[in-house]
Amino acid sequence: MTPHHLLDIRGLKTWFKTDDGMVRAVDGVSLHIDRGETLAVVGESGCGKTVTARSVLRLIDMPPGRFEAGQIMWEGRDLIPLTNAEMDEIRAREISMVFQEPMTSLNPVYTVGEQIAESLRTHEHLSRKAALEGAVDMLRLVQIGNAERRINDYPHQFSGGQRQRVMIALALACKPKLLIADEPTTALDVTIQAQILELLEDMKQRLGMAIMLITHAMGVVAENAQRVAVMYAGQVVEEASVEDLFADPRHPYTQGLIRSIPRVDAGRAPGDARTRLAQIPGSVPSLLHPPTGCRFAERCAHTTEACRAAPPPLRSVAPNHNVACIL
Amino acid sequence: MASTTAPKPKPPLSPTREAWRRFRKHRLAVVGLIVLALLVLAIIAGPTLWPVAIDDIDFAAQLKPPSWAHPFGTDDLGQDLLSRLIHGGRISLAVGLSAMAVSASVGITIGAIAGMARGWVDTALMWVTDLFLSLPQLPLLLLIIYLFREKLKALLGAEGGVFVLIVIVIGGLRWMPVARLVRAQFLSLREKEFVEAARALGASKFRLVVNHILPNALGPVIVAGTIDVAAAIIAESTLSFLGLGFPPDIPTWGRVLFDAKDYLDIAPTWALFPGAAIFLAVLSINFVGDGLRDALDPRRVH
Repeated sequence: MTPHHLLDIRGLKTWFKTDDGMVRAVDGVSLHIDRGETLAVVGESGCGKTVTARSVLRLIDMPPGRFEAGQIMWEGRDLIPLTNAEMDEIRAREISMVFQEPMTSLNPVYTVGEQIAESLRTHEHLSRKAALEGAVDMLRLVQIGNAERRINDYPHQFSGGQRQRVMIALALACKPKLLIADEPTTALDVTIQAQILELLEDMKQRLGMAIMLITHAMGVVAENAQRVAVMYAGQVVEEASVEDLFADPRHPYTQGLIRSIPRVDAGRAPGDARTRLAQIPGSVPSLLHPPTGCRFAERCAHTTEACRAAPPPLRSVAPNHNVACIL
Repeated sequence: MASTTAPKPKPPLSPTREAWRRFRKHRLAVVGLIVLALLVLAIIAGPTLWPVAIDDIDFAAQLKPPSWAHPFGTDDLGQDLLSRLIHGGRISLAVGLSAMAVSASVGITIGAIAGMARGWVDTALMWVTDLFLSLPQLPLLLLIIYLFREKLKALLGAEGGVFVLIVIVIGGLRWMPVARLVRAQFLSLREKEFVEAARALGASKFRLVVNHILPNALGPVIVAGTIDVAAAIIAESTLSFLGLGFPPDIPTWGRVLFDAKDYLDIAPTWALFPGAAIFLAVLSINFVGDGLRDALDPRRVH
């Protein structure tokens, strides 16, 4: 193993200044990704997953956002102090991103071929012709039929799933080492979701890249990731391999998330005809004034005085299994 | 996922063609476009088809109504009006187009800077825009021309000096709507995901603005631009009508109208033709603008 992780986020705090005060959207997140692995980042809406991802690519508008503390080490080099020009070199060639909304993530005034070719020409300095050929290759790679003709089509001529494929082609055109996929399937039909995730896995195998898969669906995690980081209220509360996490979830929040996955076999045992799907009571605390102790304390069934007194540190409960819970 | 093999090859609908298809549905806009094309053709080809000098003075044929020798009649010096209007049209349309170019470039620049920078830069630029909007335009126009006409004449010659002055003044006083339009477009477009995606793929800020945001913001600007052309033609006519535009030996449409006003009861046709030319040009440009608005509306349904 190489001395550095591919991406190593250490104690990252990304805060936003608002009229009501500081919103601590990401408040001390540490996680790492190694070459060629898929890390899933899960958690409910507003827990800081997307802000973490955007921080890595430095896509946060500053102001109102700012990096309060922490480091984002990319192959051993901190990204936070880089200039915009240096960052533009990292974007697309090293780290790339696929967004949630395929319908609006492509520029409506250019053909998809032009958009992919533009990226290739900017970063790989290819000629116009070579870039267009590269665009055809990329579209073929993401299994868009009739690629030679379709590069001349405009985004509105593609369906949602196809557009997400085009987005993936665009993001992968420069062969990045890390792809950040921010809820890439949330806006798509269930059947299309599976195809897109399969495509991502396939691309990962072919290009040997790592994926940071941001999602709120535990099912997606189980199918596609090697490791999982569970986020809650701007912090990582549990980090483990997929097997360990599903076999032995230690944090009450993770347990709640896993219990809330619908199961076909649940409630079908004779006698309990109706089992309600488990839910986690309450909602995410305000990130304006986060509680002093454990942030999950208000919704947790096992809360003690100690939980409310001080934030629980991330501690190791097994090899490569960390949890931020004192229980 | 199988490739979608449609039974018949579907026609490639580029945004340009799609816009043209919608433009054609707007019947008045098509009529406007045809009238405008005829006017432009007349102005370009006119001097070869009707080779009569604009300053050919003939006191035997003063203030004549239309005839075969002079299809649009003559003025008080017996000069041929058709010929004068053909020449005048060149200047009027050139003034309109140039003033539009000035107002569009100023407006796009200011609007884009305000929309991208936001914060105090935006606030300051919008104050300036509001300030310009609240200025009484015609008195200001007259004042500037009084102050600078002679200097520019000395610098660039009678025709060039007045042309530059009028274009700058008209253009410089009409950029505000474009700036507001562009700023509003930028404010909404910069939050669009495709802009963020382009940024995530390493597009520099300049590239982002020029390649990704501006082309999406251009539809409404083109529409505002066509209306500016019409407004500039009217403004030039107004100035010439007030005797502050081009000198009498340069017959713009407004100038001809100005010269005709004292003879309305004797030779009404003298005023009629330049008036009709202005009317037709402005009306057809406005209709074309209407059609373009429908064709390029970003809220259109695909």
